[in-house]
Order: sequence, then structure tokens, then C-alpha cells
Amino acid sequence: MNGPTLKVENLHTHFFTEKGVVKAVDGVSFEVARGEVLGLVGESGSGKSITGFSILGLVDPPGRVTGGRILFQGEDIVGLSSKEMRTLRGRRIAMIFQDPMMTLNPVLSIETQMVETVLAHENVSRGEARTRSRDALGMVGIPSPDERLASYPHQFSGGMRQRVAIAIALLHRPELIIADEPTTALDVTIQSQILAQMQGLTKQLGMALVWISHDLGVVAGLAHRVAVMYAGRIVEIGPTDDVLDYPTHPYTIGLLQSVPANVPRGAPLLAIPGMAPPPLQRPSGCPFRQRCAFATTICETEPPLDAAGAVAWRCFHPQARRAA
Amino acid sequence: MTVFIIRRLSQSLLVLFITSIIVFAGIYAIGNPIDILIAPDATFAEREQAIKALGLDQSLIEQYGTFLWNALHGDLGRSFVFNQPSIDLILNRMPATLELAFVALFLSLAIGIPLGLWSGLRPNSVLDETVMTGSILGFSLPNFWQGMMLIMIFSVWLGWLPSTGRGEVDTVLGMRTSLTSWSGISHLILPAFNLALFKISLVTRLTRSGVRENMPLDFVKFARAKGLSERRIVSVHVLKNIMIPIVTVVGVEFGGIIAFAIVTETIFAWPGMGKLLIDSIMRLDRPVVVAYLLVVVTLFIVINFVVDILYSLLDPRIRLGSAA
Ligand SMILES: Nc1ncnc2c1ncn2[C@@H]1O[C@H](COP(=O)(O)OP(=O)(O)O)[C@@H](O)[C@H]1O
Ligand SMILES: [Mg+2]
Repeated sequence: MNGPTLKVENLHTHFFTEKGVVKAVDGVSFEVARGEVLGLVGESGSGKSITGFSILGLVDPPGRVTGGRILFQGEDIVGLSSKEMRTLRGRRIAMIFQDPMMTLNPVLSIETQMVETVLAHENVSRGEARTRSRDALGMVGIPSPDERLASYPHQFSGGMRQRVAIAIALLHRPELIIADEPTTALDVTIQSQILAQMQGLTKQLGMALVWISHDLGVVAGLAHRVAVMYAGRIVEIGPTDDVLDYPTHPYTIGLLQSVPANVPRGAPLLAIPGMAPPPLQRPSGCPFRQRCAFATTICETEPPLDAAGAVAWRCFHPQARRAA
Repeated sequence: MTVFIIRRLSQSLLVLFITSIIVFAGIYAIGNPIDILIAPDATFAEREQAIKALGLDQSLIEQYGTFLWNALHGDLGRSFVFNQPSIDLILNRMPATLELAFVALFLSLAIGIPLGLWSGLRPNSVLDETVMTGSILGFSLPNFWQGMMLIMIFSVWLGWLPSTGRGEVDTVLGMRTSLTSWSGISHLILPAFNLALFKISLVTRLTRSGVRENMPLDFVKFARAKGLSERRIVSVHVLKNIMIPIVTVVGVEFGGIIAFAIVTETIFAWPGMGKLLIDSIMRLDRPVVVAYLLVVVTLFIVINFVVDILYSLLDPRIRLGSAA
């Protein structure tokens, strides 16, 4: 397969609520190739999770994908029947969630929750399914996996539960994994262990990985490319080094300046002023303009997508590029 | 587990002891049975002799002491009216009541859970509204009125089902049951349904709110992301979580089913122990009343014990040994 594993084109996912239409995802495009890690960053509420759920066909009513295409291995999976989607989910596309305390069913054993995942997609014996589950637990670094299979989620720490969830995601060697802030709820040390492990596994298994995070620091060390999301759109996307070292979009600059590690010691942290507009009260044109120091009247119209080299952005006032 | 059983057993004995005191004192206060038992034209000597024979000449404390002494030797006294051991009278009638209660319990789960799942998965649909309105009826109809309506419709108008008595009874594994013949079953349907209607409504509502509570949770979404079928998600993942509150409430209510069988037994002339109790209270047959209440309290204790066991089977987070 030569093309990208996943190609999202102009994705729109809207929620039709009583108060109005919430445009959670409003024209998102990106692609991820085999063995590649794409970091999807943005503050909370920017539509990262809904983008992930859209790819798996897991958007709950009143939301639905209203436009765009999601090409998985070249095939558009928007509008596949729920049965067809189910054969993809967990087998070829897997997802890991943010809160490991909530993702596993508290009343079912780890074994049950893993074996059922194997059996949902493959016609193998229970014994075979169990062996596969045990091996997957071993692969993510859970000690004595044979005994741990009989445990229940409450007998694991948060970090261990997230490893179990990762093991479940890996059971079928998926071509694409969507990881929705999987380390946000964990301690920093556990976080870096899991990051290193995911990085290794992606390379080893040749998966494409979409790593959702609100933390630029995490993405910096992990992702090959990064997409910055704001108010349902990607405002800047490109190779991680380019975007983080020479940010173009004022929002990306703001995000970087609010990361303590990026600011010289003693210098003031620069928080982005104001708050992201509530989804039902987004301004016309650029949604960031009310918080932006560079905004002019032209920003009241829709900014087009511009690109230079491998980096693309949506802004009328792109900031200093790398000195040629 | 052993610690749990021993602790439970000693608590139970204490409860039984206290109940016996309260019941004994209570029934003593209601009235003197001698006025009912002796013909009005009996001579003074006959009367004195009867009082002595029944032990009614002793003080309350003495009578209770005698009762307790005998009870500890397995003798709960003889019925004043039937001159038989009261425990025999009760055990004779108990299978009929238990049969009625178990069938009612079965109906409430077999009807309530599917209805609750059905409407919980389609909130605010016509079906959901219908089921919810129906359950309000089930809650609010007075038991005796509803029983008479059932007789009116199914026995008098339609002539489908008999209205009174217990049909053919067979002995299976030492238990007398009416479940082996159509005659037996047809007599059982109306009283069991009458007894079950309230519980059906209760179980339906509990199940429905459980579904509504669990479906939006992350573990359901994660189960979907694994590619499981909706069927398995509902019938295993969600149902097992819902069973915990259902078992709790139904366990508590099951004692109530047995106790409230009295009304149903009276309407449908069901030869159970509830009817025996009413008759015995009318005739101030103290030993039977006391023995009856002790038997019912024992049943409650057994039910609670079973519920705790079920609870620990359903919820791995609960360990019996550490329960207070
Ligand atoms: N069920 C829903 N109904 C209405 N709006 C929703 C619903 N779920 C999510 N949204 C909206 O979609 C937007 C994006 O949410 P999300 O993708 O979860 O953000 P995040 O970037 O933090 O993951 C939010 O503004 C949220 O208000
Ligand atoms: Mg999110």
C-alpha cells in the first residue's frame, strides 16, 4: 500500500442540539502514513476527541459526520454500514481513551475483556484467544501476564490499566491507532514510560498513530508531524520541528509561549488572553481573531489555507518564517 | 468467607432473639385467647383447666421463658386451635407461598428487565413513554383492586384462567409444586401476576435508569471501539453492571413479596401461610403467630445472605470477608 494509511479530507462533524448546531469539527484535513506519528494538539474543546470518534464512526447522537471524506487505506469509510464499521473497529483501527479508570468495564475480568475482543473478529478457540491476550499483556510490559489475566480493573493502578487498554488495542495489530490523550491522567514517570513504549511499538508494528494531546511537550518528543487544532479546525500543520521551532500561526505561538519549558527561566509565561469562544458563539472568519494580537479587519473573513514547504496554515498574518 | 458466615450467623441469632421478644410481648398485648377458645357456656372449672393446660395462668415473663426454653429445643409450641405443632402447620403451608413468591420474582425479572432494556435504549420514544406510563400504573394500583380486576377479566369475562385455589399438585424432589401440570400452572398465573405487577414496574424502571446511566460511559464506547456487537455490549457489559442495583433492590423486595403474599392469597384463596397467619391472628392463636413471624424473619435472613453472595459474585470490588 503506497498512499497514506489515513487521509481525512474536509471533515465536518456537527451536533444538532436544541440550542443550535455545534460545529465540533468544522473542516479538518490531515493524513498519516504507515509508521508515522501525527500529534493532534489544541486546548480542550477544540474538537480533537470528536475528530477521533468520527474516524471510528463512534459519534453519538445528536452528532454526526455531516461532510468530508475519511479515506482509510484509500477507501472512504464515511457512511459504511454499522456492520462494516464494526469489522474495522478494534481490528484495523483501534482507539485508546483518556481516562484509564473509566475505559475498562469494572465488573468483567481482564481476560473476558481481552478474549471477547479477539473473538469479535476472529474465529479462534478460547484457548488461542487467551494465549494471544496474555502475549499482548506481556508486550506492553505487564509483569506475570498469565496471572494478571484473571484480575479485575480495580486491582490495577491507572498506569497499568492504560497498558491493558493499549494491549487490547494491539490485539489485532491494527494499521491505525487513535490515542486520545492516553497519558494525560497519569503520573509524569508513567507517562514517559508509556510514551517510549508506544513509540517503539509503532515502529516495530508499522502502525500509523494519531496521538491526541493538549500538551505540546508530549507531542514534541513523539510525533513526526503535528497538527494544531482550534475551534474545530486545524490552524497549522507540518513537521514537528518546523512547527514548534518556527510557528506560523499566532495561536501556535501562543501555545508555545505558555509551555514553561519553552520560556527562559525567570521570564514571564505568556498566557493566551481570553478564552476559546463557546462553540455556539464563534465569530465569523478566523475563530481566533478575538484573542489575537495581529488581528485586523480582514480576519473577519475566512482565512484561506496557505503553505510553504511542508507546513500549511490558516491565517492572514503568518508570523516570521525560518530565516531562509 | 468463613469469618463472614460465622459473623452473619451470630447476628442472625441475635435478630431472631429480639424478634421473638417483641412478637411475644406484642401478641400478649392484643388479647386473651381464652375468651375465643372456650365455649361461652363452659363451667368455671373447665375454664380454669383450659387456662392451665395452655399455660395462660403464668406471667408474661414465665410464659416467654417457657417458650424460649422449648424453642431452643426445637419446639415452637402447639397451636391452640388445631392442637398441632405450630411449625408443622406453617411448614405445611410454606411451599405454596414460596412457590407463589418465586414465580412472582421470576415474572418480575423476566418481564421487567427486557422492558427496561428496551425502553432505556430508546429514550423518549413512543415505546419508552408507553412502558413508563404503564409502570406508573403498576406502582399505583391497589393490590386487592388489581387482583379483583384480573379475576373479572381473565376468569369471569374471558374464562381463560381459574380464579381461586391451587390446582393439581405433584411432589418433585420432596417439594410439592403446581408447576408440573397445566391445571397447577393455570391456577398460579393470576395470583403470581398480581403479586408480581408492582415488582415488574420496579425492575423495569431500575433497568431503564441503569441503561441510561451506563450507555454514555467510557467503557461502553471503548467496548464499541473494540468492535463488539451492540448485542454483546448491552447483554454483557451493561447488563452485568445493572444487575448490581437490581439484585440489591429485588433482594430487599423479595421478603416483601413473601410478606405481602397475604393480600394476594386472600383474594385468590391461595392456600399459603399468609392465609394461615390471618386466621391465626383472628383466633389469637399465639403460638402460630409467633412461629410464623420467626419463620418469616428467618426467610429474610436467608434472602439477605443469598443477596450478599450474589452481590460479591456480580461485583468483583466487593469482598465478603471485609463487609461490615
Ligand atoms: N454530545 C455533544 N453535544 C453537543 N456538543 C458536543 C457533544 N460532544 C462534544 N461536543 C462539543 O464538541 C466540541 C469538541 O469536543 P471534543 O472533541 O471532546 O474536544 P477536545 O478537543 O477537548 O477533545 C466541544 O466544544 C463540545 O462542546
Ligand atoms: Mg478530548
